[in-house]
Amino acid sequence: MEHVLSARSLFGTTMGFHIIFATLGVGLPIMMLAAEIIYQRTKDPHYAIMAKRWTKAFAVLLGVGIPTGTIASVQLSLLWPGFMEAIGEVLALPFQLEIYAFFLEAIFMAIYVYGADRISAKLRILSLSLVSLGALMSAVLITNVHAWQETPTGFEFVNGQFTNVNPWVAFFNPLFPVTAFHVATSASLTGAFVIASIAGYKLLKKQRSIEEIALHKKAVIVALVVGGIAALLTGLNGHSSAIGIYKYQPEKLAAAEGLFETTANAPLSIGGYVDPETQTLKGAIQIPGFLSILSTGSTSGVIRGLNDFPVEEWPPLYIHILFNAMVGVGTLLIGISFAGIAWKYLRKGKEYPKWLLWTFVLSGPMAIAGIELGWVFSEIGRQPWTIYRIMRTDEAVTLTGNMGLFFLLFIGLYLLLGITVVAVLRYYFKRHPLIHDLGKIGK
Amino acid sequence: MNEATLSILLLWTFVFVYLIAGSLDFGSGFWAMVYSNRKDTLAGNIANKYLSPAWEVTNTLLVMFVVALVSFFPKATFTFGTILLVPANLILILLTIRTAFMVFAYSAKEYQKILNQISGITGILIPALLVVVLPVTHGGYVEGTGASQQLLLGRVFTSPTVYSFIGLAILITLYLSSLLLADYAKITGDKSAYLIYRKHAMWTGPLFFLFALFVLFALKNEANWLYENMIDRWLWLLLSVIAFAIGYYSMWLKDDGKEIGRPRMALIFIGLQLFIASYTYGAAHLPYLIYPATVEESFTNINMYRSLIMSYLIGTLLFIPAFVWHWRLFIRNEKYIRGS
Repeated sequence: MEHVLSARSLFGTTMGFHIIFATLGVGLPIMMLAAEIIYQRTKDPHYAIMAKRWTKAFAVLLGVGIPTGTIASVQLSLLWPGFMEAIGEVLALPFQLEIYAFFLEAIFMAIYVYGADRISAKLRILSLSLVSLGALMSAVLITNVHAWQETPTGFEFVNGQFTNVNPWVAFFNPLFPVTAFHVATSASLTGAFVIASIAGYKLLKKQRSIEEIALHKKAVIVALVVGGIAALLTGLNGHSSAIGIYKYQPEKLAAAEGLFETTANAPLSIGGYVDPETQTLKGAIQIPGFLSILSTGSTSGVIRGLNDFPVEEWPPLYIHILFNAMVGVGTLLIGISFAGIAWKYLRKGKEYPKWLLWTFVLSGPMAIAGIELGWVFSEIGRQPWTIYRIMRTDEAVTLTGNMGLFFLLFIGLYLLLGITVVAVLRYYFKRHPLIHDLGKIGK
Repeated sequence: MNEATLSILLLWTFVFVYLIAGSLDFGSGFWAMVYSNRKDTLAGNIANKYLSPAWEVTNTLLVMFVVALVSFFPKATFTFGTILLVPANLILILLTIRTAFMVFAYSAKEYQKILNQISGITGILIPALLVVVLPVTHGGYVEGTGASQQLLLGRVFTSPTVYSFIGLAILITLYLSSLLLADYAKITGDKSAYLIYRKHAMWTGPLFFLFALFVLFALKNEANWLYENMIDRWLWLLLSVIAFAIGYYSMWLKDDGKEIGRPRMALIFIGLQLFIASYTYGAAHLPYLIYPATVEESFTNINMYRSLIMSYLIGTLLFIPAFVWHWRLFIRNEKYIRGS
């Protein structure tokens, strides 16, 4: 068991680190695209500067995102050979299609960055659109694998063998659309709020030129509009996700809500923690009947409780906290973006108050925390299964040792990369301050 | 040709493509390090000209190979995943450091030297470790069966075959990249850089050939079945030697009275040589994927095979215009290569 835990820790660390860069890799191109399009429409050079500087940051982040993604894809086979054997038999398509998404992103990113001065504005926007599309597609396709782990379809499982495989039925598994949409919108919002964070921080600092302040304010609005729309879509989609869990993984929903007894008129529980001894939820605010309404559309809808399932198939009960924290973050982000936009349009000309700027600053880290929480919730919530009700995690793991050593090595590697990437970004933008780019306007 | 053979042919094509692209990539990184702080020549800049727009595509080719292996041969994935835990994780660490520090070096000019050194050295170690997978598939390095198979690391790193392969991989990397950069330098008209890379091609070429012979003789002792199979294809080996000879010699040919040597022609013939040699090795390796497991036993189901082939066909067709555009903007674009 300890061996499985080491393998999970190692892979979890890889993914936890990678998804920060992967998510920004989806979100930032969308922001760059927004800035490029606004620039082409308004000819306001501030937007060209934004696109240029965000592109630089994106290029540096790719230096971490791409190799850690390579680690993730290879470690899948190294740590979970049993799982990947199943994937090879049933679900190779998304992995293969993802290669094309990578090519799309890599080729057009090179064209956009290194060929920008040799192609027309239209082709630049086209290139950038294809970069964003490639990034979004790769997120959607890897989510396809994740969705299939939750709702495995497209095969018959007889005596431990996958037979009668239909790759496209596996690809279009029931949870794919809703999960993919969730990941795509939450990745988009993360890139936007990280920009809002930085712009907000710059606006809080004193001694900025009027030009700089003007640019940061524009950046805040682009970020809050893109982020707000994406956050709203994520929230709306969260409802469909909940219905999906209700339908396909009732024990996950029960654990997420700390519900032990099967009941109609089930309450939605916010906050608190689950006490496994007494089988109760402590310190939670409950909205009677609301879980039934959200999942089934009426208070009479029956929600199955944990006691309907064998204890060894329960996911860990702390996922209730992860689930609540994720939803909380999403809700706050919607609030922040609406507050920011409303302030600009309702109180014309008035500066953003400090407290509001601070919420902008916090929105980026919150968004990243949100995607981490969502991902951990989703993975832990599926335990003990790696492929739901087909393959347990301890059946998928490699038997090869040395896991503890590699766990330490990779933690060291990610620490080194994390520190260096921040240092490089700081160094670069200190060396190339905004004021220089602003000074070049009109020259 | 049956489905399993067609799949291994496709997989081997990915290996070949990555062999070329990876050699150019890691080799250029290595030369960029060697010449990064030299004020008297632009040899380092020329290497970076190739590297900057190309590394992402090269990295994707590596992932493409891994995915194709998993997709077409899931049962071999199980074996590879189990036995390669240690070497593959080491490669991943090297690859990550190499890529990240190379990208960082573009942005932190003041620390460029140290960053280039880290990425250059880790970069040249990657092909050296990657190639170890090949002798491992010849058999004799794995203990146990099924899920409890283990790679005998001690035996791997004391084997002359393994070291012959390592030497070969490093030399292919240096040789191919020298030729490419000589070609780049010739286009820019940078004589000093051209002469530097021509010089490196001159010494790496014969060494590369020598290591190819070492590999052949090491195989005779360690994997005789493979050696016999290769010798049966002696005509192909001979063609490969001829292609190498023409390629190497073309660096002495005069190109319409200008600089001595025709690097473009050398690149084409050495590419041809590698093509012939690697497919001869690949064909001789059959029917085994990881000795004694055969390609046939490791193959996926027929439905998966069909949908994979379909998506490769459609995907590749869709991507041809993009590859051509990329190629014309960066690889074969005199204006780009000449630009500051």
